[in-house]
Amino acid sequence: MNDSDESRKPSAEGSQARRDTAPIFSLSSTKGGEGRGEEAQGFQAQIPSPQPSPRSGGERVTGASRCAQGNLTPGQRAWQRFRRNRAAVVSAWYLVFLLLAIIAWPAILKISGGTFAQVHNPNQLSDAAFAPPGMQYWFGTDVHGRDVFSRILFGAQISLLVGIVGAGVSLVIGVLWGAIAGYVGGRMDSALMRIVDVLYSLPTVIFVIVLITTFGEMLKQSHFVGSSPALAGALRVTLLFVGLGAVSWLTMARIVRGQVLSLRTRAFVEASRALGGGPVRILARHIIPNVFGVVITYLALTVPAIILYESFLSYLGLGVQPPMASWGTLIAEGVGQINPIRIYWWLIAFPGGVLVTTLLALNFLGDGLRDAWDVKGRA
Amino acid sequence: MYFLKRIIFAIPLLLVISALAFALVHLAPGGPFDRERAPASPEIERALKAKYHLDEPVWKQYFRYLGDLAHGDFGVSLKYRNHTVNDIIAQGLPVSMLLGALAFGFAMGVGLPVGFFTAARRGRWPDYAGSFLATLAVCVPGFVVAPLLILFFSIKWKLLPVGLWETPWHMILPPVALGLFFAGKVARLFREGMLNAMQSDFITAARAKGLGENMLLLKHACRIAVLPVVSYSGPMLADLLTGSFVIENIFQIPGIGVFLVNSSLNRDYTLVVGLSLLYAALLIGLNLMVDFAYTLLDPRVKYE
Repeated sequence: MNDSDESRKPSAEGSQARRDTAPIFSLSSTKGGEGRGEEAQGFQAQIPSPQPSPRSGGERVTGASRCAQGNLTPGQRAWQRFRRNRAAVVSAWYLVFLLLAIIAWPAILKISGGTFAQVHNPNQLSDAAFAPPGMQYWFGTDVHGRDVFSRILFGAQISLLVGIVGAGVSLVIGVLWGAIAGYVGGRMDSALMRIVDVLYSLPTVIFVIVLITTFGEMLKQSHFVGSSPALAGALRVTLLFVGLGAVSWLTMARIVRGQVLSLRTRAFVEASRALGGGPVRILARHIIPNVFGVVITYLALTVPAIILYESFLSYLGLGVQPPMASWGTLIAEGVGQINPIRIYWWLIAFPGGVLVTTLLALNFLGDGLRDAWDVKGRA
Repeated sequence: MYFLKRIIFAIPLLLVISALAFALVHLAPGGPFDRERAPASPEIERALKAKYHLDEPVWKQYFRYLGDLAHGDFGVSLKYRNHTVNDIIAQGLPVSMLLGALAFGFAMGVGLPVGFFTAARRGRWPDYAGSFLATLAVCVPGFVVAPLLILFFSIKWKLLPVGLWETPWHMILPPVALGLFFAGKVARLFREGMLNAMQSDFITAARAKGLGENMLLLKHACRIAVLPVVSYSGPMLADLLTGSFVIENIFQIPGIGVFLVNSSLNRDYTLVVGLSLLYAALLIGLNLMVDFAYTLLDPRVKYE
């Protein structure tokens, strides 16, 4: 009895933190957003004017409203702070629309059929090479007369997928690495973190380039290419996921370790340990839920970094291979067409513009999350 | 003492890196002579391989390589066979270093004032505009900036040369294209550092004593705020060096970045390993210098 009484506080905190991450995710679904919104609206009315700096604003609000909204959990407060960050909310909507467009566009092509599908098929060659943007080709056509608009939306699948899965890979490695180092401590900690330090000081780009050329070449020589090109392409993209994830987990590991290290000595963890909580229970119920905000925030900032990385590699010709396209390869094609006689600006402006706006939205989203969770400092 | 230890520690580290790079390039199927016209006969190919010791087991090749390395000899490039790797490095590295240094200067020269200005005008429109531009700069990759700069400054307005690396006029666009991303990053870091510094107790104390706001920002907050920028400058220099691949490619600059991508594709074993080692050594050295600078700037930091 005594046991549960003592440990109620920390475990309640933990479970609440976990529950409250739901609204962050439900950003993409209108329902969750609106349901929460009403709560926040009433709350917002108490604040005289929108705060200029999200961080300082957020702090002041939580301080002032603590008595009135005493039952708010850290997650709920974070969500309210996030909602007031206009740039972050707009960015979130932009990303939702982009995702919808990416998912819907192939379906629209399939349903409409006929010449519309023919014109907008991203792989359909036509005689209308270098058609400027107009009614038929919204974003113009490339050197082979392919519709740039369609190619951007289909390329987005690859770019976003690489970004998200790569960030996922870095998340798994980084969180495990950092949590183990921070929790076990001692020799284990110094050994693990020394490895991170060493990897930090290495030119990761070179590592990725050598890795991808090595395994890419192996792939090319394997029997997959002959038997099924689609599978070979998929394997190549998988290679990108793994390669990019494998070099992007370092900062995550450092951040998680720092957090775990400071959480480990907190009173509620001590209490749980004193009451006989094993390491698994402590990690699962107390440490990981409390690290969540930091991890989500940093994850949102890793996705654009990996998308940028992928476009860099694809630009060098090491990423996805034609006929597959990503934003990086599209931009590379546009750059290849630069000449002093005619300027095909739409071949750079549109893929580049979509890439830049997406990265911008992801960055604002990440910044918004960071301010909302009040994450201090980045490694 | 601490730094001496780190220098000593760098040696086994470089050995591991060389072994790793060596193993990786040899793991890849195909050899350095695959892309050439087929040799006249198997005998010639065999002789060629024997000449470069490619017929030996990999570990033996590795130790031979290490032995040469001890004499400062990176070996002969297997693709550009009348050049040694030392030659290639001696030709390309100064160009890449100059490009990187100019870009670094640009990033600091633009990033720090923007960061300072946005922090000083916090919460007003100059802050929003500056912060937005800084974030935008972080989101625009070099290979988007570079073609746009060329399109406008070189092709449309004919102000600056399209490419190459000869006169100072050639050295304006590439560093800007390379450094823009980092300028944005520096501005964001510096702004954040300034805002954090402004909340600390010693600033409150100084303000209570009646120090003017400008003096406060310039003399006291800056010193603390610049620390995150300093610790970022290590990775930043690394990224500047490696990020120059694309910029060198677009502007046709005879730097060293071009070689790395090509040598990796060509299975130019010696060149890949040599360049990886070079970059690693540069990075380790730069990081060491940055950490050392840190101790000079912030007396609270002590390494043991």
